[in-house]
Amino acid sequence: MKTNSARSFHPASAPDFLPPEQLQAIQLQRLKFMVQRAYNHVALFRQRMDDAGMEPTDMRSLGDITKLPFTVKTDLRDTYPYGLFASPMKDIVRLHASTGTTGKPIVVAYTKEDIDVWANVMMRSFAACGLHAGDVIQNAYGYGLFTGGLGAHYGGEALGATVIPISGGNTQRQLMVMKDFGSTAICCTPSYFLHIIEQAPEFAVKLKELPLRVGVFGAEPWTESMRRRIEAESGIKAYDIYGLSEIIGPGVAMECECQAGPHIFEDWFYPEIIDLKTGRPLPDGEEGELVLTTLGKQAMPMIRYRTRDITALTSEKCECGRTLRRIQRIGRRSDDMFIIRGVNVYPSQIETALLKVEGTLPHYQILLTREKDLDEVEVQVEVTKEVFGDTVGVLEQVQRNIGRSIETLTGLRMKVRMVQPQTITRSEGKAKRVVDQRKM
Amino acid sequence: MKLKQLSLFLENKPGALSRPVRLLAKAKFNIVTLSIADANQFGILRLILRDWEKAKKLLENNGFVVKVTDMVAVEVSDQPGGLAKILEVVEKAGLNVEFMYAFTEKRENKAILIFRFDDPDHAIKILQQRNLNVVASVDLLKQN
Repeated sequence: MKTNSARSFHPASAPDFLPPEQLQAIQLQRLKFMVQRAYNHVALFRQRMDDAGMEPTDMRSLGDITKLPFTVKTDLRDTYPYGLFASPMKDIVRLHASTGTTGKPIVVAYTKEDIDVWANVMMRSFAACGLHAGDVIQNAYGYGLFTGGLGAHYGGEALGATVIPISGGNTQRQLMVMKDFGSTAICCTPSYFLHIIEQAPEFAVKLKELPLRVGVFGAEPWTESMRRRIEAESGIKAYDIYGLSEIIGPGVAMECECQAGPHIFEDWFYPEIIDLKTGRPLPDGEEGELVLTTLGKQAMPMIRYRTRDITALTSEKCECGRTLRRIQRIGRRSDDMFIIRGVNVYPSQIETALLKVEGTLPHYQILLTREKDLDEVEVQVEVTKEVFGDTVGVLEQVQRNIGRSIETLTGLRMKVRMVQPQTITRSEGKAKRVVDQRKM
Repeated sequence: MKLKQLSLFLENKPGALSRPVRLLAKAKFNIVTLSIADANQFGILRLILRDWEKAKKLLENNGFVVKVTDMVAVEVSDQPGGLAKILEVVEKAGLNVEFMYAFTEKRENKAILIFRFDDPDHAIKILQQRNLNVVASVDLLKQN
């Protein structure tokens, strides 16, 4: 490990190391307050608790949280735009919104205090991966309605680092700034950083020779193999940050220098794992859907919000000394899962298959179509230098091997099609892995 | 004595061939010869051209995956039996041909056969021992 995390750690991050009993005492106190506030000021929460025959004072222990009803994404849509706000507009200093690919976006709100909490967890996120005052953070998350840009921005400033608010896109400029300004860290989506890696040679930038040493990657699910590829090809350390606008934005959880899964900032966000089908809470170590409750959000408290992210919690001790529980890297979302001929398939399974055959992960896309009521899957894989030869047989062999590997992992026969490099759309934001063209 | 061949991946769809060819034409690259291998869902375009290094760079910068392979060019007179004579040597020596293609030279009434051998160095040695005319790339690619 390059830096000693204890030394580089900002004093304000002390809650990261609290003994569990103390942490739980803070959580319970905040939970009681938050549930009371939600009940008093948000009609939907009051209605749901009344329907369940519950009162805010029923929160006597942390375990009581499981009695509260869930909140889901459609609740935010149904109450669009301001229906879930618990603060009057005069106290709300910021609004953010999701891009809303389907219909109306969702709107989230912050009071001054909420912005401070957000800056605090983002600051602790940066500190956790070894950043400190003196670091130059190139913030390539989008600034605007998306929470990524401003969230990381405030956290970087709170840390005392130098923040470059470059926002997303314009890869040539990203590379120029990275080189000329001597950025030591970058924040963006992992797929966008892979795009930067691909483009670097074209602009004669050798990433390995730059001062850049840390990547804070999030806003989309990614895999351990992507981490390995990023680290091998750019020479930086790649860290997984987790967050979602509904809860606060980036900074809900962040990996420490041990890179052993993001630690949840449990003093502000209470995590549970539930069974996808039954909704029942699962013990630590078991995989299910992550459910989060905000413990300090004033403008827009969120009670047992179903994130649709599939993970498991671990309370095993982390070598960094943090007592905060960790989540497993989120490689998949219940959203991303697709059902084909009755079988649940996750893009991560396709990735594993591709990786087995090719050694590195090529760009790929999964295309779902339906012909005569029969679902078809086509996995489109960009041809890479590594697998391409001058004979037809070599590539056909690769194609067959990918098909077999997918069949072994999913039990399904899928069509594999090799496509021209750089033809699968690279969003400068989130990578779109599954394109569903089935008409239901 | 070896000749550099560029191969590139083509998707099996309309326009796939014209894109690289147009690119090369615009940059004034003259294609000496080409061949296309086709499979069910994709093809491989094989090109012999002068300034292959520059052409490779151009193609790669435009998003193509390009592979460079060593080929062996053999000259025969453009008349019946020309190819058969060479193949006989190849066969007797047990040389494995991955693939081959041919083109004729207008000026000299000669045909050029371009071979992809497993082991091009070994193949060149055998062909030369049998007094076959292995063409050096400088001669083949000389400016008209």
